[in-house]
Amino acid sequence: MSNMLDIKKITPKNITDKELFYGHKACAGCGGSLAVRLALKVLGERTYAALPAGCMSAVGFIYPQMAFKNNAIITPFPGVASMASGIEAGAKALGIEDYKTVAFAGDGGTADIGFQALSGMIDRDDNVLYICYDNEAYMNTGIQKSGLTPFGTKTTTTPAGKNLPGSITHKKNLFEIIAAHDIKYAATASIGYPQDFINKVNKAKHIKGATFIHVYASCPTGWGTPTHTSVEIAKEAVDCGLFYLAEYENGEFKLNKNPKEFASAAEYLKKQGRFKHMTEENINEVVAQRDMKWERMRRKWL
Amino acid sequence: MNKPQKKDFIKPKHINDYPVGPQFEAGHLADINAGWRTVRPVVDHEACIFCLRCYIVCPDGTIFKDGDKIGIDYDYCKGCGVCAHECPKDAISMIKEEL
Amino acid sequence: MEQNIFISGDEAVAHGVRLSRPNVIAAYPITPQTITVERLSDMVECGDLKAEYMHVESEHSAICATMGASAVGARTFTASSSQGLLYMTEGLHYCSGGRYPVVMMNANRSVALPWSIYGDHRDSLSLLDCGWIQVYVEDAQEALDMTIQAFKIAEHKDVLTPMMVNLDGFILTHTYEMVSIPEQDKVDAFLPPFQTENKMCFENPKNMAFSSQPDDNTEFKYQQNEAMFNAVKVLKQTNKEFAQSFGRDYGDMVEEYRCDDADAILVTLGSVTGTVRVVVDKMRAEGKKVGLLKIRYMRPFPEKEIIATAKKVKAIGVIDKDISFGYEGTVFTNVNSALAKANSTVLKKNYIGGLGGRDITKNEIENMFNELLTGKLKKDGEHVEFFNLKVAIDE
Repeated sequence: MSNMLDIKKITPKNITDKELFYGHKACAGCGGSLAVRLALKVLGERTYAALPAGCMSAVGFIYPQMAFKNNAIITPFPGVASMASGIEAGAKALGIEDYKTVAFAGDGGTADIGFQALSGMIDRDDNVLYICYDNEAYMNTGIQKSGLTPFGTKTTTTPAGKNLPGSITHKKNLFEIIAAHDIKYAATASIGYPQDFINKVNKAKHIKGATFIHVYASCPTGWGTPTHTSVEIAKEAVDCGLFYLAEYENGEFKLNKNPKEFASAAEYLKKQGRFKHMTEENINEVVAQRDMKWERMRRKWL
Repeated sequence: MNKPQKKDFIKPKHINDYPVGPQFEAGHLADINAGWRTVRPVVDHEACIFCLRCYIVCPDGTIFKDGDKIGIDYDYCKGCGVCAHECPKDAISMIKEEL
Repeated sequence: MEQNIFISGDEAVAHGVRLSRPNVIAAYPITPQTITVERLSDMVECGDLKAEYMHVESEHSAICATMGASAVGARTFTASSSQGLLYMTEGLHYCSGGRYPVVMMNANRSVALPWSIYGDHRDSLSLLDCGWIQVYVEDAQEALDMTIQAFKIAEHKDVLTPMMVNLDGFILTHTYEMVSIPEQDKVDAFLPPFQTENKMCFENPKNMAFSSQPDDNTEFKYQQNEAMFNAVKVLKQTNKEFAQSFGRDYGDMVEEYRCDDADAILVTLGSVTGTVRVVVDKMRAEGKKVGLLKIRYMRPFPEKEIIATAKKVKAIGVIDKDISFGYEGTVFTNVNSALAKANSTVLKKNYIGGLGGRDITKNEIENMFNELLTGKLKKDGEHVEFFNLKVAIDE
């Protein structure tokens, strides 16, 4: 990280007062909108933002209510990475300088329908920062299961009942899949740790080439949590080990936070409507998966 | 201004009043969000230590630095309560809106 | 001096693109489009073409990338065919709705299933409603010339609509012809750099590709339809200017060939026009009053021109390298709709053939003319015929 030492740290005191994502129609307490807002404050006004069909595009571009103060465009659902790549190529060809191109997509837009284009964008090492705000389901269409929906989640397409515990699949390992492209920089983050997220966006801003941040972003509507706990619940996900803060850079993984002891996963799960139905056995499975993952991360990344 | 503000919007009367294709001025706000709110955050400036936690965590960006005080743009605050919940000094209370 | 070189249709398009100085090219390989993108890659590599060449991982990404580049004001080109064009479909609608004047070469090719890499028009004709200007060319020279014209038409401020230059797979894409390559400075004078207000820039930031409510959506679609009609005037003017600069005049929406005193004419699209032209000359020499109406633009559609030609003749045959299953050929549907609006009583027949690359021979064309010249259909009421079926069918 030696080259990064010169970058001035962005703090609540010195971060720009300018609000670039404002007046949007996201639900109260929306974690995704906080991720977009903070990222844009770090990236600044000279930013092209591309957003696929999804919550943030649905709430930000309702003519004549335009919630982005910077240049922003909605893309086809599978095409946020490719359109961002095109913006970058166009701006480069036209000799435009001193700007950043960013893509903001949800978990479905990233890990499912948008994945192919994202893989191509990283393969070409296009100068785009791709931020996936992960609220663990297709929220904009009414809470359906995505590839990043964790085991045991009740969604409108993975109902929990006598026969099924909600989602029976585990969350795709998106961060490591992205890292496996040998991307210049990838990170996970959580809106529960906003300073860490700000630091990572700031780092990615200064890297030329494809970069990726997977930010855990709560959704009170889809998760069945009170609006005021949005930041807290995203912090608890990290504290109980069901999400983790890490970076991949120069071919190396790094765990940013390695708690000696996890907070209770059961407590985290029980707070949320989407997990309320889970049995002890279900919770034990979630914990076992968590422990296996952490054992591997600690063994390989530390 | 550091953030977009509501502007008067005149609905197109002629087809040529529409933009060419779906593109429009960035940050053009024709509407406020205040109507969504059932409770409003109120800052106790005596208790506030200006740590800016509320400013950083507001999903709508409606909390701003008003000199050395915390200000709130009630036109766009939706009353989610994240600021009050995250405040380390309990300096923000959520007060029921009079309807 | 224009230089004459012996090249394929695909290469002719590549030269047309090079001369048009696009800023960004994004394309995914598909037979029979590949030679175009290979040559463009060569041109970028050797410095003849200063453009960003994007190696996208799919056609969907090709159209998204070109739209993205267009959205910041870049001149953009992509190329596709058949399955690839269909894979772009979402982006095709998006591109026209966003008013991004992307130019595309489509190598017309059959659509699976069954698989076939050979030519017909089912790919592009099934996408007539995507809001793209569609032009069909007859030979490699026209392919090159229309590629240059396409940028000028698509980017015109009253049009701002993407344009697809269609050339028949293999018959045009892979056939070598002598092609005259225009001089760069003359092309530069004809086609200045792309200028638009419809872009994201830092002086005047935009939110683009927004959603509209039911209260506004119809107006945006009305505006898009008007832009397509505006293209009629613009493409005519562009053809005129092109003819003045380069000496080649392709006519406007259609080209009439020996229709003035004709009793029967055939309506064609693309490369089959050349074959029909030869048959018309032969039959004319034999004293038979036949002619040809080459449709150049399928969108916007040459309704007025077709009605005007129909008034002169007694019978019209439409050759469709296409079939809309359960009805008839799409070119025929469009022609017939124009005729119906004019209360035309002309005899008409739809000849379906050339599917999946099957040749359409001079003999078959002569048979069509001869049927039309009789003034009645071989089978009463049978307006649609698959010609040159190789097997017997139940009547």
